[in-house]
Amino acid sequence: MALDHQAATAAAPTVASQADKGWRVLVLAGRWTTDALSEQGVALTEAAEQAGERVRLDIAGVEALDSAGAWLVCRTLDELDRRSAKVELVGGDAEQRSLIETMGHYRPGKAPEPTSESALTGLLVRTGKATYEAGAEARDLISFLGYAVVVFGRTILNPRRLRVVAMVSHMEQAGLNAMPIVGLLSFLIGVVLAYQGADQLARFGAQIFTVNLVAIGVLREMGIILTAIIVAGRSGSAFTAQIGTMKVNEEIDAMRTIGLDPMDVLVMPRVFALVLVMPLLTFYADIMGIFGGAVMALFVLDISFERFINQMRDAVPLWSFWVGIIKAPIFAFIIALVGCFEGLKVSRSAESVGLRTTTSVVVSIFIVIVLDAIFSIFFSVIGI
Amino acid sequence: MAQAPVIQVTGLRTQFGPQVVHDNLDFSVERGEVMGVVGGSGTGKSVLMRTIIGLNRPAAGKIRVLGQDLENLPMEQAMAVQRRWGVLFQDGALFSSLTVAQNIAVPLKEHTDVPPRLRRELAQVKVAMVGLPPEAADKYPSELSGGMRKRAGLARALALDPEILFLDEPTAGLDPIGANKFDELILQLQRALGLSVVLVTHDLDTLHAICDRVSALIDKRVKVGTIDELMREPDPWLREYFGGPRGRAALAAKAGPAAKAGPAGRDDSPQDSERIA
Repeated sequence: MALDHQAATAAAPTVASQADKGWRVLVLAGRWTTDALSEQGVALTEAAEQAGERVRLDIAGVEALDSAGAWLVCRTLDELDRRSAKVELVGGDAEQRSLIETMGHYRPGKAPEPTSESALTGLLVRTGKATYEAGAEARDLISFLGYAVVVFGRTILNPRRLRVVAMVSHMEQAGLNAMPIVGLLSFLIGVVLAYQGADQLARFGAQIFTVNLVAIGVLREMGIILTAIIVAGRSGSAFTAQIGTMKVNEEIDAMRTIGLDPMDVLVMPRVFALVLVMPLLTFYADIMGIFGGAVMALFVLDISFERFINQMRDAVPLWSFWVGIIKAPIFAFIIALVGCFEGLKVSRSAESVGLRTTTSVVVSIFIVIVLDAIFSIFFSVIGI
Repeated sequence: MAQAPVIQVTGLRTQFGPQVVHDNLDFSVERGEVMGVVGGSGTGKSVLMRTIIGLNRPAAGKIRVLGQDLENLPMEQAMAVQRRWGVLFQDGALFSSLTVAQNIAVPLKEHTDVPPRLRRELAQVKVAMVGLPPEAADKYPSELSGGMRKRAGLARALALDPEILFLDEPTAGLDPIGANKFDELILQLQRALGLSVVLVTHDLDTLHAICDRVSALIDKRVKVGTIDELMREPDPWLREYFGGPRGRAALAAKAGPAAKAGPAGRDDSPQDSERIA
């Protein structure tokens, strides 16, 4: 059998060039198979190039030949033919000869050369493309935002449209199940704030103001930002992955043909769930953050819980709390919206689910932080 | 050829938890034959294939491939045996981050000393062998149609010139023309390269067109024979399978232009007209 790989230790392929009565004889020997071949192909081509007008290819000594070896022989014959050299093939059993002949049917066509471009052009092209795509994405997101606001309003006016069961389920997943991680991280951030604050304020003997720092920091910014980032990473990405997988399965298309609007069935329950649950999560994060600060203050600064609370009552206006909480539904809306938007943008391949999920998290965190900055400026302008 | 079978499975038992898929199953494939594997859904056709190529561990039984018992072979030798077979998974299973040519070059790069230029050239030859247009070599799997992906997967399976080719549902999801062409391609390559082929399929036309023998998985065992032999079996599933309307249609199709589907199939160029959808 031509493809006998059994003798793995057998002779390596060789090519020798001899002169014989005006003929140039190229003697192939050994195993001309894929696993044995390395530079012999080049050697054979070179030998054939240096050969004269009359060339004989002797394959009698070839122990094994597979499609790779046969291809090399076939190609060499082609090459010599093109030079209109007189060429003959001797030796080899019927199977080997027919394999060589067969390989002649499979001459690879010339693939078009990849168009090369300079590094500068490439950079320009990529930059342009990326800019255009980012612009198109932003435009799509804004138009989706508009559509979602319309449907959101319509759902509020006609609450029966809302899928309550789906919404409650998302509230559980995005809200209740997020409590351990939100609580723990807020607690730790409270600890960190208190510790850093105490360190600095102790220089002025103003340790007690650590309470102000922790309470205002957590209530106004830390609680909400932390919650938003966790929810974006946890639930926003989950929304994208869920909807994206449905998109890959053509479930969304099926839904449309049945006459269900994915906006009603998939997007709104998620948006409403997050909008309802995020203020609660933020409230919880606030409590845990302040609690972390209080524990730290107790151990490091010897400020008892009672003093902590009294100090807080004096120093922190109620508005600080509202400033944080008021942002929660807005951030929730954005996170849910981006999550669903990216999910619906998934094309019909598994890779794009992963890609879109990453984008969803990055975009929603980006928007949340930009909005937070805008809120800060706004609140400082109106003097809260 | 009075040689030992290339695949010999004896007393195979596979199970997942309490669910027994195969029990005391015997199966063998002779050198140079095309063996079809059929069976109803859930009878473990693919499982059988995966067990032979070592992706599943059997609960009991012996599997000898090319005369070697893979389970008791040291890692290195087992790898050497694995290089002597090629597998085409259902949707090609091409590496999505690599172009077709790079996909084909992966086994060459990993297991041989073939220099890069020849590697590229051999990849091109393989692309031509499976009837893909040359420009497909530099495309990514996501840019190809289903049929082209299968062809590219076949090219990768053939990269190391295997002795055995395993095909899992090669024609599933192809249109009838594409499926016919794929059948012809497999037959053509099998003849040209002297392959032994194990073919898991549902496609009755494929069975009639290219299989020498067929193994039917019934009741955790196999019944082996030519299609004619299996059709004479009293087993109700086999009767329904081959005797149903589809079975009869496939048989009629075979009886008609069967003579044409010989090795001459090579002459109508392997170049394929299917393009990206």
